[in-house]
This record gives sequence, structure tokens and C-alpha cells, in this order.
Amino acid sequence: MVVVFAETWSGQFKKSTFEAVQYASACAKAQGTQALAVVIGPASAPVESLGAHGVHKVLHLHGPEQFETAQYAALLAGVAQELNSSLIVVSGTANGRALMGALSVRAEASAISNVTALPLSYSPLRVVRGAFSSKGIETCESRLPRSVIGLIPNAIGLKDYSDSDAAFEDRSSSETARATVLEQQLASGSIALPEADRVVSAGRGMKAPENWGMIEELAKTLGAATACSKPVSDIGWRPHREHVGQTGIQVNPQLYIAIGISGAIQHLAGVSSSKTIVVINSDPEAPFFKAADYGIVGDAFDVVPRLTAAIKKYLN
Amino acid sequence: MKILVCISHVPDTTAKIQFTADASALDANGVQFVINPYDEFGLTRALQLNEQLGGTVTAVTVGDASVEPTLRKALAIGAHDAVRVDALALDPIQVARELSAVALAGAYDLIVCGQESIDYNGGIVPAALAEILGWPVVSPCIGFDPAGGRAKATREIDGGKEILDLALPAVLGAKKGLVEESELRIPNMRGIMSARTKPLVVTAPQGANPGSAAVSFTKPAGKSAVQMIDAQDLDTLVQKLHEEAKVI
Repeated sequence: MVVVFAETWSGQFKKSTFEAVQYASACAKAQGTQALAVVIGPASAPVESLGAHGVHKVLHLHGPEQFETAQYAALLAGVAQELNSSLIVVSGTANGRALMGALSVRAEASAISNVTALPLSYSPLRVVRGAFSSKGIETCESRLPRSVIGLIPNAIGLKDYSDSDAAFEDRSSSETARATVLEQQLASGSIALPEADRVVSAGRGMKAPENWGMIEELAKTLGAATACSKPVSDIGWRPHREHVGQTGIQVNPQLYIAIGISGAIQHLAGVSSSKTIVVINSDPEAPFFKAADYGIVGDAFDVVPRLTAAIKKYLN
Repeated sequence: MKILVCISHVPDTTAKIQFTADASALDANGVQFVINPYDEFGLTRALQLNEQLGGTVTAVTVGDASVEPTLRKALAIGAHDAVRVDALALDPIQVARELSAVALAGAYDLIVCGQESIDYNGGIVPAALAEILGWPVVSPCIGFDPAGGRAKATREIDGGKEILDLALPAVLGAKKGLVEESELRIPNMRGIMSARTKPLVVTAPQGANPGSAAVSFTKPAGKSAVQMIDAQDLDTLVQKLHEEAKVI
């Protein structure tokens, strides 16, 4: 049995949840076994929607309303041990990543994060993962009979499953938390960076924080998340949570547009697995052009508003 | 407050990454090694807390003698003493188990790790260590203020942050925000001189087993050549993004 943590977000599932569930279903199928999705928390979670992603069963553990590492790890480890599961899948979101270490200790499993594709083999388990901030690709082998895999968001494409004959079970849960969430502050209306399909990112070439309006307008037009380079977050023009790069967020979108970012090796490390990279920079020698698919030499203040207009024209 | 800061010895962020001819490991030739950047945020917060509350800051790492310059740098920045567990760890579970033995021997109030190391990017150690010890963990931690045996901590979550209340001892996975970039400390001459005489204890490993191990490494496939597009012809870019790249 493959167990997958179906993470909820404000009572809903995210795209990364469905990716993890489909990944687990594919792992189960390859081993001739079945996948079980575990939902923890909100009674409002639309658990039925998971049935259409290839799982055999959805287990809804009622109790904790909010994520807490030790509590969630104990609940998931309990399910994996009860079912004698050899594989536990979580998505590489902030919570999924926070969970993996505790879950692997609790479930006496190995922990392999940053996984980018289906396993190469199951006995022993061998998987491919990103290392050295995407400057390297590692093949990693588990040495324990049980493993926790952390799947990078956007690494696998979602497909349609025709069968939806999943069983559903509800249970109350009893593990205690070791920390209490006092409050959550969410940036309203923004798209979370790690799983964004499209990202519009800008750097010091924007000259001042008040010039970000055109970046936000382009992002809004594309349905993209906004991001920034390290210098821009260090000087406080943009919040830390937008900092993309080696010591910031690693992104993996379909489209990454970099505006006024020179392309230091530390920045490229966080974005190089993007499918398509567009670079707009006034300096034709900017190193970022070497990592780009499409390049435009030009002044951001001239190019960006016209690019937004061109995309609006195309969308209409 | 007695604080243990876990330090990882990693290639500098500007290092070009190459692998050995048999693809089994990082080729360390010509690579400059540094304190893991995430650990630097943690070390700085630990030193700030030490200045406010007193106590000690101990730096610890798991590795062979080649990692000692990185531990000495942590001493030069301000840690009072250091421990090196003499083991070559293959995976984060092994690291966490070795660190847990140091943690239990020292009766610490707080353990600070980086949220991940920039070499293997596992992000596993903080929560694994906390779980072995049965302590709460906050990772990625972007704010931490202790008071009277408890603490308020800020944790980064997708699209925002949350404030947690927890009892000490605890484990943190540090990230920028715990301190700002501008607060990071650079060793001065006095620090470097005093680091030479600060205690650096080498301990024998517990013999913990790894949960996994790297089999081989490759480098990502290079990008094909960039297509330059005239800044006056943005319709062509939009068309290519639609028809060629199929991303809009």
C-alpha cells in the first residue's frame, strides 16, 4: 500500500495535492498495489474530489484544524505502520517539507525530498532528486523497507483518471500537537510561488519599489505569481517570501519572466528548472541571457507595459 | 540560555558544481566551502539571544577533519565552543541521529539548524532531530522570541506566515527573516584570533545508520541557445510563447 498525504489549504486541496495523489497512484500501480490518500483536519475538505485521481481509498482523519509538524507526522506514521506501507508520498510544499523529517523518524523510514520523477525502481527504491540547488541531479537509494518521498510541485503533469471507485472512511484522531498556531497571516489574492505555473520576477533594474506596479500588472494579466531577486528582498523593496534563488524559493514553473535581473549563479540555481525562461534586460551582456529561451534587450520601463498590452491583445 | 547551532559545511553559493569521474560524489577540487547560508541566520540569532539572555552558544557539525575550518569560522563569528562528530554521514537521518546524541549530552534549551543545506537540499534534519528528541520544531523559522521557558515563533508557510506558541526546548530551521541579511556577522581579526584557542571537541560517532544514500550524480542538460527578439516586436514573443513554447 502507498500512503499519500493529501494536504489541505484553507479547507481546500491545491494542485500540488493532486500531483502527489496521482504520483502515489502511479507508484501503487507500478507495484501492483493500491494507494490510500490521507486527509487530516478540516471537516469541510472536499474529499470526494480525490477519488478521481487514482486512489483506492480516502481516509479522512478528523481533529486538528491546522497543520502542526509533530502531530501530522504522528498521524501519518500511524496509518503507514498500520497498513505496513513501504512508501509514503508528500508534496514539497512548505508544510510537506516541514513534515518529512519528523514523519520519517516516526515511521522508521528513509526521507528523500526534492524528487522530480517516478521511481527508477521499487526494490530497492531508487529515485531521482534535485541537489546542489538544481546544479546537480542525484540518484538516491533507500536503505530501509519504508521511505518517505517529497515530490517537487509542478514536476509531474496532471492527467485525467477515468475510474473513480474510491472508498471513503472517516475517523477521529487523537495525537497531540507540540506547538499552537496563534494566528496565520496570508498575503491576500497572491498566488503561492512554489507551485505557480507562471512567474513574473524583477530585480534591481526596476530602480525603486514604487515601480513594481507594471510588474504586478503583467503578472495579473498572465495569472502569474510575482517574485524578485535576492538584492531586492535584502534591501526591503519586496517581501522575503518573493525571493527566488539558491537561498530563497526554488520555482519550477512553465513560464519564468525575469525583468531587470542580471542572472547571478545563485539566482539561476532557483529558477533553472523552469520550462521556458524569458529575460528582459537593458544590458545585452547580462549573464541571464545564456540561461534564457527568449531574450529581449530593452529598458523594462518601455518593454514591460508594451508586453502586457501585447499579451492582453492576444488573450482577447 | 544554552543554545546548540548545527552547522553544515557546503560549497559556496557561487561554486561551479562538478562531480567525480565515476559520478559518485561532488568533486571538491577547487571548491570553496562555507557555512551553509541558512545556518548563518541561525547562528546570528543565537548570538543575539546570548547577548540578551546570557548562557552559551555551541556550534556542532558532523564530518571529517576537513570541515574544521568551517567550524572555526563559526567560532570566529562568536560561538563559544564547538563539537565535531567524527563521521562521514550519508543522509540526513544519520546526521540527525548523530546530532541528537550531542543534544542529549548537553542539556540545551534551543537547537538551531538551517532550514536546509544548500548542497543536498534535504530539509530533513530539523524536524527529524526534533522528533528523535520529542521536542517541537519550527521550520522554516523566520522569527523567534523566547520568554520564560516558552517562545513565540514565526513560521513561513506557502503564501504567508503563521505565529506559533511553544514550550522550550525546541528545534528551529532558520531562514532569512529570523535575522536580516544586514545583521549577519563577519568575523573580525579579534574573532579570528580568539577562535584559534576556543575549544573544539571531537567526539566519536554513535554509529547511526543512514536511511538512504546517493548512488550517482549528473548535471542538468544545458539549455539550447537563446532566441533574441527585437524589443519593438513583442507580438512575435507572444506568438512564440503560444506556438513554440506552448506556455500561454
